[in-house]
Amino acid sequence: MTLYLQVLQFLLSGLTMGSTYALIGIGFSLIHNATGIVNFAQGEFVMLGGMFMITFFSFLRLPMPVAFFLTVLSVAAVGLLLEQGPIRRARSKEILILVMITVGASISIKGLSMLLWGKNPMTLPPFSGDAPIVLLGAAIMPQSLWTFAITVIVVVGLNYFFKGTLIGKAMRAVAASRRSALLTGIPVDRMILLSFTFSGALGAVAGMILTPITTTSYDAGVMLGLKGFSAAILGGYGSMPGAVVGGLFLGVLESLSAGLISSEYKDALAFFILLTVLFFKPSGILGRGRLRRV
Amino acid sequence: MGKKNKIALLTYASIIFLVPAILQNNYHLMVLNVAALNIIVVIGLNLLMGYAGQISLGHAAFFGLGAYLSAVLTTTYGLPPWIMLFLAMGITGLVSYAIGIPTLKLEGHYLVMATLGFSIIIYIFMLQLDGVTGGPSGFAGIPRLRIGSLTFDSDRKIFYLLWPVSIGVLMLSLNLIHSRVGRAMAALSHNEIAARCSGIDTETYKVKIFVISAVLASLAGSLYAHYITFISPGTFSFFYSIQVVTMVLVGGMGSLWGSVFGAVLLTLLPEVLHAVKEYNVLIYGAILMVVLIFFPEGLLPGMVRTWGKRRSGGGSFSRQPTALEKRG
Repeated sequence: MTLYLQVLQFLLSGLTMGSTYALIGIGFSLIHNATGIVNFAQGEFVMLGGMFMITFFSFLRLPMPVAFFLTVLSVAAVGLLLEQGPIRRARSKEILILVMITVGASISIKGLSMLLWGKNPMTLPPFSGDAPIVLLGAAIMPQSLWTFAITVIVVVGLNYFFKGTLIGKAMRAVAASRRSALLTGIPVDRMILLSFTFSGALGAVAGMILTPITTTSYDAGVMLGLKGFSAAILGGYGSMPGAVVGGLFLGVLESLSAGLISSEYKDALAFFILLTVLFFKPSGILGRGRLRRV
Repeated sequence: MGKKNKIALLTYASIIFLVPAILQNNYHLMVLNVAALNIIVVIGLNLLMGYAGQISLGHAAFFGLGAYLSAVLTTTYGLPPWIMLFLAMGITGLVSYAIGIPTLKLEGHYLVMATLGFSIIIYIFMLQLDGVTGGPSGFAGIPRLRIGSLTFDSDRKIFYLLWPVSIGVLMLSLNLIHSRVGRAMAALSHNEIAARCSGIDTETYKVKIFVISAVLASLAGSLYAHYITFISPGTFSFFYSIQVVTMVLVGGMGSLWGSVFGAVLLTLLPEVLHAVKEYNVLIYGAILMVVLIFFPEGLLPGMVRTWGKRRSGGGSFSRQPTALEKRG
């Protein structure tokens, strides 16, 4: 009975972490689909989400919804600037070079954040108190419910956007074939810009819902980015349902192994899974057969 | 290797040989020794980046693997340092082979992530296996290297060990890229499909280059451990991988002399700009971005191009004139 409760508890916390991994993974997929590059700065978007929210909410004492909205705007602007500046201006459009530019952007953002916000870990108060709710015998924090709810809203919203709106369809067309999209008159450049902006916004949301649970610091981005990337790979890189499945799966595995086996090697496990997937089924859980470059 | 390279190599070696006579400050010598080690890692990484068209963000792990294997085997188990150095290279080689085989077969840039994931696993083990590695507080008391009765126990003595090794690595690598293998590698970096069509087994070559570059990093790591005699996980973090990649890019992918330039420049830079420690991460990020955006073919080749011959304005290069055009 206690083991059952423990497992249930780990499952819940795993799903909570997993939802944020899913959001980060979707961010990776968006940019990958539009441009074919792996955006290493994705994790920094998440870190910035936490940091901006702390600045707006805890320091400037803005009301939470306003702070939330401003944070999404700010990090989306960082994504937009990343595309408009370094990526657009790069003299070589080779994927490898562009990927490394995002690595450079990632450590620059990290370095700047250290100067702006210092080296100490910071945290946010939970959105609505911290009295746990008891569910089937397991305690669940209200923040976890927020995390689930916001993730579901974002995923459903994105799903509608991609399936139901013209811009969303255009973005999918770019992902399917950049050249054909261009030929049909879709402004590909603008779609790429949009994908970076969206990824920034997604990172911001992930960072805001995560920070009350795990705290954040200037160097939190690399690890979160990698977890999100592992989630995306695990589910099938470039696919949105894949990122969600992969994220939840990774979160649960991580939490179970940390709780039942050893918490010291928790982070190692995520990458062990990543390596295993790359070795045996590089197309991921939901991936369809052959890999190709977009 | 062409005549030009031979002369350059000789000149380079003689200048290096004279440096300790001019430099009296031991600290300066130490910085140069670290530069020599970085050159070894960077040349190896450049073979991978410039000739296999792949990036590794896990060279800190291979460097660390060499250092920790040497440290643990010689200090804890009292095994002979030189033999362990080669054993560490062998083990690192096998590990990189295991990583390279599956990832290099995939199209795209899976090696970047696989190596990064691997380096994080290694880093966590360095921190957590404190019974073996000493954990976060590090591993001390590593024996110094010796040849006969000569013990390499001062910065000055070890200068004459590390630099010849680093020059040797440069020479062998220059030889390699001017051999049949090198031409195959150049073709591979230029156009993988075309290379495959002309009968080059591109997959095998990519894996081989990756293994060579990991083994070189391991060599540098072992030498580092025996030189400093104290190692801690911080040295082998993700940031070191970024540093060596930046060095390659500053020197220019595919240009081995450029790698020497990049490694020396970026090793000396933090020493020249004092009080820069806080900004170190930011500076590396900025350098990386600026070089990649404006000089994707490398800072040195880029400057030569800009100020040297400005016949055609700008010019777009789909693939930088890496391997085939500037051999060495």
